[in-house]
This record gives sequence, C-alpha cells and structure tokens, in this order.
Amino acid sequence: MNVQLPFFLDRIWLIPMFPLITAAAMFFFGRRLKNNVVSMLCAGSVFLSFVFAVGAFFQLLGLPVGERVASKILFDWIPAIPYHTLGGRLANFVAPWGFQLDPLSSVMILIVTGVGFLIHVYATGYMAHEGGYYRFFGYLNLFMFSMLMLVLANNLLVLFVGWEGVGTCSYLLIGFYFHKKSASDAGKKAFIVNRIGDAGFLLGIFMTSALLGTVTFNDIGPALAAGHFAWGDPRITAIALLFFVGATGKSAQIPLYIWLPDAMEGPTPVSALIHAATMVTAGVYMVTRTSAIYQLAPTAMAVVATIGAATALFAASMGVVQNDIKKVLAYSTVSQLGYMFLACGVGAFTAGIFHLMTHAFFKGLLFLAAGSVIHAMSGEQDMQKMGALSKKIPVTYWTMLIATLAIAGIFSFAGFMSKDLILGKAYEHDALLWAIGYFTAGMTAFYMFRLIFLTFHGQSRVDHEVEHHIHESPKSMLIPLVILAALSIIGGWVSWPEILGGNSRFVHFLEPVIAMPHEARVETATGASSRLGEIQLMILSEGLVVLGIAFAWYLYIKRTDLPKKIATSLGGFYRTVYNKYYVDQIYDAMFVNRAKDLGLALGAFDRNVIDGAGVNGAGWLTRAVARLSMWWDTWIVDGSVRLGARIVWLFSYPVRMIQDGLVQSYMLLVVIGLIGFLAYYWHIVHQAVR
Amino acid sequence: MGAPTTMIAPDYYLLLSLALFTIGVIGVLTRRNVIIVLMSIELILNAVNINLMAFSRMWGSVDGQVFAIFVITDAAAEAAVGLGIILAFFRNRETVLADEMDMLKW
Amino acid sequence: MALNYILFAFFAVMAIGSSILMVTRRNIIHSAVFLIGALLATAGIFLQLQAEFLFVVQIILYVGGIMVLFVFVIMLVNLDVSMRLVQFNRQKWVAGVLALVLGAQVLFALWVGRGELRLPAPAVDVSPRNTEAIGQALFQHYMLPFEIASILLLVAMIGAVVMAKRRV
Repeated sequence: MNVQLPFFLDRIWLIPMFPLITAAAMFFFGRRLKNNVVSMLCAGSVFLSFVFAVGAFFQLLGLPVGERVASKILFDWIPAIPYHTLGGRLANFVAPWGFQLDPLSSVMILIVTGVGFLIHVYATGYMAHEGGYYRFFGYLNLFMFSMLMLVLANNLLVLFVGWEGVGTCSYLLIGFYFHKKSASDAGKKAFIVNRIGDAGFLLGIFMTSALLGTVTFNDIGPALAAGHFAWGDPRITAIALLFFVGATGKSAQIPLYIWLPDAMEGPTPVSALIHAATMVTAGVYMVTRTSAIYQLAPTAMAVVATIGAATALFAASMGVVQNDIKKVLAYSTVSQLGYMFLACGVGAFTAGIFHLMTHAFFKGLLFLAAGSVIHAMSGEQDMQKMGALSKKIPVTYWTMLIATLAIAGIFSFAGFMSKDLILGKAYEHDALLWAIGYFTAGMTAFYMFRLIFLTFHGQSRVDHEVEHHIHESPKSMLIPLVILAALSIIGGWVSWPEILGGNSRFVHFLEPVIAMPHEARVETATGASSRLGEIQLMILSEGLVVLGIAFAWYLYIKRTDLPKKIATSLGGFYRTVYNKYYVDQIYDAMFVNRAKDLGLALGAFDRNVIDGAGVNGAGWLTRAVARLSMWWDTWIVDGSVRLGARIVWLFSYPVRMIQDGLVQSYMLLVVIGLIGFLAYYWHIVHQAVR
Repeated sequence: MGAPTTMIAPDYYLLLSLALFTIGVIGVLTRRNVIIVLMSIELILNAVNINLMAFSRMWGSVDGQVFAIFVITDAAAEAAVGLGIILAFFRNRETVLADEMDMLKW
Repeated sequence: MALNYILFAFFAVMAIGSSILMVTRRNIIHSAVFLIGALLATAGIFLQLQAEFLFVVQIILYVGGIMVLFVFVIMLVNLDVSMRLVQFNRQKWVAGVLALVLGAQVLFALWVGRGELRLPAPAVDVSPRNTEAIGQALFQHYMLPFEIASILLLVAMIGAVVMAKRRV
C-alpha cells in the first residue's frame, strides 16, 4: 500500500495487544503486585484499547462509504500451501495474522472495549476482597485479547483462534472459584459443550477451504460468485449449517445452550462481560461475517431463524419460574440471543447486530446491577429472600429499572429499537416466526418485571442478619452502572426507524459489509408489509409489553399469594418448567453417560486387555518361560551333572563297602586273595605237571 | 650219644603245621579282642616254624633253623611293638575290640 | 621208631588242642595260658626233630619273653569289661569257612603229593653239634641278616617304648 493509513487505522493491531501485554504481565509477576497496581494496569490497558478503537472508528468514518476497509497484516502465520479445491481449481491455503477494520468490526470493537472497560472498573470494586485478584484480571485481559482477535480477524482461521481463546477464558473464569465443585463442573461443562460446537465450526472451515479455495472473508464473496453456485446449493447449505452448529455452541442456542445457566457460578463481572455482552455474541458476529454464504442457503437461514425463535421462547419460559436472580438473567440472555439469530435467519443481519449492541448495554447493566444487589445482600442470590430494597439501594434500583425497561422494549429505550426492527423484519418473512417473537417479547417483559418487583418492591423477605448490612455499592461499581444506564436509554437512538422520522444510520452504516440477498430470495419474500404496517406492529408489541408488566405487577405486588397457587395448580407442568424441562438430565442419559461409559469401557480395555494381556500377559509369559528355563536347568542341565555324579557314586558303592576300617575284614580279603592265588597256582602247576 | 633217629615222614609235620596255621587264621579273622588276635598271629608264626624245622631235618641242613631263629626274633619285635600300640590305643579309646577300631576308613 | 610216633602224636595233639582252646576262650588269661601250652608243645616238636637249640630258644624267648609280655599287657587292659562282651565278630561264619577252604586247598596239595617227600639217602647227622652248627651258619653265611635282625630289635625296642610310654 502506497498510501499511509491514518494513525489509528494503521495501529488497529495494537487494540488486542494492550490487554495481551497486561495479561502476560499478570502471568509472570502478577502475584507480587498490589491490588491497586493490578487494577491500574489491567483496566488501563482496556481503556487504551478503547481509545484506539474510538480513534480508529472515527478515522474509518472519515473514509468514503465504499472504501471503509482497513487491513493490517502482522506476519505470515500459515504460509501459502497450494492445493486443489473440490472444483479442481488450484488454490493457496494461506492464513496471515491479519486484522481488518470495517463497519462491522468497528462496531464490535467499540462494544467490546467500551463495555469491557466499564466492567473492568466495576470488577475492581466487586472483586476487591476476593482472593486471586491478579489472576482474575489476568484472565479477563486474556479474554479481551481473544475477543478482539476474534472480531478483528480478516480470515476464518484467525477468527477461530480468537473463538477458542474466548472459550478457554470462559472456562477459566467460570471456574474461577475452582475449589467449589459446582463452579469447576460448570467450567468444564461450558468448555465441553463449546467444543461440540467448535467441531462443527471446524468442519465448516474445512469445507469452505475445500469448496471455495479461500478462508479470507473478503475473498469469500468473489469465490462464491466465481464458483457459480446455485441458490440453495446443498454444499453451501452444509457449510452454513456447520457454521451455525458452532454458533449454537458459543451463543447458547438449542441444543447447546445448557452451559450458560451453569456459567452463573462465575463471578458476576464475568457473567456480565462474557455471558451477556461479548462472548456469547461471537456466534451472531460470525454468522453475520459469513453472510455471503448464508444468503446462498435459504434452508440454512430457515434453520437459523427457527432455532433462534424456538430458543427465545423456550428460554423465556424457563426464565419465568427461576428464583435465582442471576439464573433469570442467564435465561434471558439465551432468549435474547435467540432474537439475534432470528434476525440473521430472516436476512436482517444488521438488525441482529443492532440488537447485539443494545443487548450488551442493558444486559451488561442488568448483570452488574444484580451483582450490586448481591453485594448489598451479603451474597444472597435468591429473590424469594429479597424485597423492598428500592429505597435502600437507590442507585442500583434506578439503573436496573432502566435496564429492565430497555429489555422489555419500552418505546425509545434501547431495546425497543432493536427488538422492533427484528420483529418487523421477521413479520416480512414469516408470520409464525413473528408470532413466536411477539409472544416471547411479552414473556420477557413479564419475567423481567417479576424480577424487579420481587427484588425491590413488596414486602421485605430479607433475612434478619442480612438486613443490617444492606448498603449501596462503592463508586467503582456504581459509576459503570450509571454509564450503562445512560447508554441503555440513548443506545437505540443511533438507528431511529425511518418510519418515525429517523434515518436508520446504524443499519446503513453496516450495510456495505453485509452480503446482498439473492435475487430469488427477494422475489419470494412475502410482501407482508402490506398486511400490517410497521406502526401497527409497534403498537401491538407495546401493548403486549404493557400487558406483561401489568400481569407481573398483579401477581407480585397486588396478589402475592397467587403465584404459589398457580404453581401448585399447574403441578407437574410447573415442576417440569422449573426443572428446565429436564434437558440436562436427558442429555446426561443420552450423551454424557454414554461418553462416560465409553471412557469406562476403554479404561477397562486398557486395564484388562492392554495391561492384562499385554503388560501382565507379557510378564506372565516371561515368568512362564523363566519357569520352563528353570525346569530345564534344574532337571536337564543339572540333571546330567548329577547323573555323572551318581554314576560315580554308584561305582564307589562296592568300594565303600570294602573299606570299613576294620583290620579283620581286610585280613579276610587277604585270605580270599590267598585262596584265589593258590587255586590259580595249583591250576598252573597241575597243567604243567600234566 | 645215640645214633640219629630216623625221621617220621615229613608229611605229618606239614599237616600239623597246616592245622596250627588254619587255627591261627581262624583266630585272627574271628576274634574281637585284639590281644587274642595278636596271640593268634604268634600261633601262625609258630606253625611256620614247625614247617621250617621239618624241612631242615629232612634236608639235613641247618638253614631252616637259622630261618626259624629269625622268625622268632621277628615275632618278638612285632609282639612288643604291637602290644605297645594296643596299650596306646587302649589309653585313648578305652577299648581292645577290633570292631571299634575303625577310624581309618572313608 | 614207635617212640617217635608216640612223642610226635603227643606233642601234636597237645599243640592242636591248646591252640583250639586258645582261640575259643572268653577269658584272655586262659587264652594266654593255652598259647603257652601250644608253644611248649611246639618246643617239644622241635626237640623231637633233634633241634635242641631252637627248643631252648623257643622256651626262653617265646614263652619266657613274649608270653610274659603278653600277660603284662593283658593285665594293663580292662579285662572285666571285655569278658562280658560278644567275643566273635560278625564275619565269623564267612571267615571260618574261608579259612577252612584255605586249609582244604593246602590239604589237597598235600594229599596229591603224599609220599613224595623222602629223606635223602645219607642222613647227615645234624643233631650232635646242633648249636655249633647254628652258630657257624649264623655268623658265617647269615651275618648280614643277623645284623639286620639286631637293628630290627633295636628299632622295635624304641618303637615299643615310644608307643607305650605315658605322655607326661
């Protein structure tokens, strides 16, 4: 490149590097540092990344619309290896360690570094009295590095590096309190379930490389065009579905969502950052990045949309009956992620990213505020033991209320903008999907306000001892809450719907990055906008939301006895939902225990066959051969020696008999000899005479 | 002085000698008491002397008698040493039985 | 003539009888006495053969010397114990038979050659100067054996003394 890129655009590679350096510092000598030094270093590096991200963003805006791409390659990671694609073309397998800043990734880095920085600040207060302070921030910074690599990657392989990195950090941070068995189990579960998704993702990458001859994002579009793939080509569909498998793992959709509720074992800042604002959104980001592939695979998109909608409904139903404040938020996250995939599935990728951004604000805020509540309640997380806290922890209360209004989708709050956009696009595509999303929105409003009412309003059900210690959190925790609350209010205004007079700036900003839908798709889109206009849809959703809030107020403020009665009358159904539809148990029986059985079988094979026949068998064989050899040695070799000795002994026997030490027996022998001699002599003489 | 008498046939002397010799051999081989064994040996030597004397008379030569003198000398020496041995052995082992004098064996 | 035979018979019977008795007695002293008897009978045979010197030598030396020695030693060993024990050893039957076989062999030889031994015609008279004759033979022809015999006696004497003396 001849033209020197502007300062920040030239240095986008530093954005992930700052947290990496501090993570390394924590690794090498974090133990020796004091807490406040750790805080300064780690939060500071994230702030620095944020500054660079903001700078890069504005400099990107400075570029003309069609040229808003800035690339930076640090080094050749995988050098070019020539190979033949499935189609017979000669291609190069090459993956540089490359960074790419375009509208999509700029939005992502702003969210990641911005919300990430606020959460780092919050964590300095929240984790102040916990052990392993430097370790926590080391992991957190390592996560920031991985996530930023993921979103800044210019090819699938570097993205996958970040993908794996965030998974590892998630495991490390969920199991931060590793001496608690439930925490370490949750970490393992998260990582293992993630791995299943990753397998699908890897297969997708392999197929992409084999089919299209490239893994670089910018080259996928031209490769698809050059390959003249038909709309709905099964190979493309396969790639899209495989990528989506990876997304279900990382972004907790059906069927791989089960790790997210358990991940609440981690400290609350972790839940906020990783499982609300950033990591779980990696799946949505990845689907959007590869939108070119999805646009050619309508079946895959239908699958994405259906699963997204189903997950949204399914998770919301479980969120309604949970009593742990963080668990409610966890299911809410799964549900909102479902919305994002619903958006991508109906082709509204920008709406999905928009919701990703607003969700980062209000869900991050919700988790941080919940952490503040838990902090005030000396560690209590069960909402049944809370109540009437609104006056006691006002800042927490008001910020959480703002976030709840946002998530419920009250007009002009951040959530409304994005959710409305999604529902609108869904309606254009398929009325059933819209209906599911619509009903789920009502449930969302219901259970979120249930949370607010149970926690902050009504009668105080707080434990007596806990009540004495209720106090507002320190400033380090409150200031991020306030900032995020502000963002929850104004965050949606970047894309005010045109129909209400806005200019949808956000949507337009992202458009150049998203692939255009295939012509065939555009034609088959149901012109549903003719049936119900956007305004009508908005009014409908608002109505349902208000209904949900009112229902919650009725059940948890007015008639607090009712929830119990409804639960008992619904009996079995209630218990099923409360136990999360027993999905974990089903998975255990179907897969987990089968895998354990395989492990046991292999272990038994190893012990009995390999160790038994092989090792012990070899030992037994050696001993047997040794015994045989010993027998041979004893009986044959020694035997021949002893045989010789015995023969000698045998011959010596008569001689031994003769030599008895008695003179008279020797005399007897003399006489015998004499007799013999005389007989012989006589014989001779007789012969001579004769 | 009378005229020399005629000798009886020497055969009788030989028979006598044989008889004494046989008895002596029996005594040597059969008795447990070594003193009696020694005495039997003297008897054998005596039988030999009779034999020698008979033939000396037959041939009219005195050589046989000289030989007999040496035999007697020898018998005396041998009896003395033998009895000395018996005494020494008796002092050590308290026994004069040939059966119990079997140390020089394998 | 008849006196020859009678004398011979007498001494022969005495000799054989004494020797048989000697070999079979339990009491050693009795055996010794019977040996003396046998020796005396032998001396008589010598005399009957007109060997006067040896007759005397036999009595003085054999009976008076050797048998006295025997009796001394008999006194020194424990008679009483040995008298109560078994007198004949295990090989008595075999030994007896073999000795008789030996005797029979020689007897057979004698029998085959009976009557072959004749006195030569001129019976040289040896007896009148028997002692002189022995002395002459001894110191003329048999001087060397005589000296050797004396050395033998010396050695025997030393040996007997060494064997029998008490270790002090």
